[in-house]
Amino acid sequence: MGYAALRWLFFLLIVKPFLLLAVGVNVRHRDRLPAAGPALIVANHNSHLDALVLMAMLPVWLLSRARPVASAEYFLSNRWRAWFATRVIGIIPVATSGVRSHADVLGPVRDALAAGDIVIFFPEGTRGEPERLGKLKTGIVWLAQQLPTMLIYPVRLHGLGKVLPKGDWLPVPFFCDAWVGEPLHWSGDRRQFLAALSASLGG
Amino acid sequence: MSITLASPVLAILGGVWALLALATAVVWWLAPAPDSELRQRVRSWWLIVALCSLALMFSRAAALVFFGVISFLALKEYLTLIPTRQTDRRVLFWAYLSIPMQYFWIGIEWYGMFIIFIPVYLFLLLPVAMVLTGETQGYLRAAGTLHWGLMSMVFSLSHLAYLLVLPQGEYAHVNGPGLALFLLVLTELNDVAQYCWGKLLGRHKISPAVSPNKTVEGFVGGVLTTVLLAALLAPWLTPFSVLDALLAGALIAVAGFFGDLSLSALKRDLGIKDSGNLLPGHGGILDRVDSLTYTAPLFFHFTRYFYF
Repeated sequence: MGYAALRWLFFLLIVKPFLLLAVGVNVRHRDRLPAAGPALIVANHNSHLDALVLMAMLPVWLLSRARPVASAEYFLSNRWRAWFATRVIGIIPVATSGVRSHADVLGPVRDALAAGDIVIFFPEGTRGEPERLGKLKTGIVWLAQQLPTMLIYPVRLHGLGKVLPKGDWLPVPFFCDAWVGEPLHWSGDRRQFLAALSASLGG
Repeated sequence: MSITLASPVLAILGGVWALLALATAVVWWLAPAPDSELRQRVRSWWLIVALCSLALMFSRAAALVFFGVISFLALKEYLTLIPTRQTDRRVLFWAYLSIPMQYFWIGIEWYGMFIIFIPVYLFLLLPVAMVLTGETQGYLRAAGTLHWGLMSMVFSLSHLAYLLVLPQGEYAHVNGPGLALFLLVLTELNDVAQYCWGKLLGRHKISPAVSPNKTVEGFVGGVLTTVLLAALLAPWLTPFSVLDALLAGALIAVAGFFGDLSLSALKRDLGIKDSGNLLPGHGGILDRVDSLTYTAPLFFHFTRYFYF
């Protein structure tokens, strides 16, 4: 697949140098990250950089398996953006508006996990206020229930909402942090699962 | 134009490496735990010494880029720690851009611009950019804290780099890298000496409210050690007479102490212990350059006034 090479180059030549020089992400407990797929990485969401940071944290040989879940309405809104998002970054586009069942919206995510991909998922659904965890949506519960034995890796991100907040295009350098939490899986109890996940994402 | 290293500079650099090797041996013997703070600290020192040696030995441009990156990391750490207003994002972007400009003035040896660019032009222009955003809530605090950061992390630190381009003058054996090395070695060893004397003999706290680990004994021991080292190193690296070498040593020791205290006060104010974790065992970059923000400009003007 030629796009794997393109993604690899994009991360090696642009994303990683940018994150190293302009941002400076301090990763704690990197060793807790998955060593192979399938795996579900979840994080709080404040910036377009979040998915790139999470992908860059993975070992390079796993880059081709990494698939961030992203809004179809936004990322497929024009041809070039759609090409870049789906081919170079490798997003799984999901519909975020209109009333649909979980299976309709998140079916492709479950299929990607079943195929062994490393899926990056933002359970708040959208980018929120920097450093304030929004309410987790029910999609993560559905996914966890569908794949009850799969490990979920929570990563708490801090500072990226200052570097590149929602509604702005100019990144401004700040140091950022990423804490990788202890992996968890579906506990059988919705409230308890959401509380544990919320806590590891800084809620 | 590249800088040629006088052999005394190489000799002193070699001495620094030897001293670090000795310190490593001592620390490995004193602190057997592989992840103890002292061991991490020594490991970070190897990185710092290696990078500084490379920067000083390679070329003038490499040294300027290296010191510019230090300023950038220090300013970034400072702006990460302090509260900033989201409306000032673009102003902060301009503030970062001042770093390449400040080091460019040094590269072309435009002393007049180097010395007023931040204290005059940025002091006036960045608040204008803030005013134009129309946000008055927290204006004084935003303008004041940004200027404090630029003065400390860019303007003050860049004096270290200006030492590299001082004209040769009549001192055949003296060159920029030698003066910069003299300042760097004395500033950092002064920190280490104050720490060691304080650990060994420290009884009386010198500034309990700001930095409870600092003692009168550590301070006095540090000053004496640094003055002695200045007298030993000055004939190799500087044009100083014996008296001036002693004065320069005392100036660096006292200024370094207050630079350190000033950053401690800042961290107390913000309620944090270490400024970051860029350098394991040292905290962040600010914890390493705090003394330099005071010693660099004061030593620079001492040297320039009396000798260049």
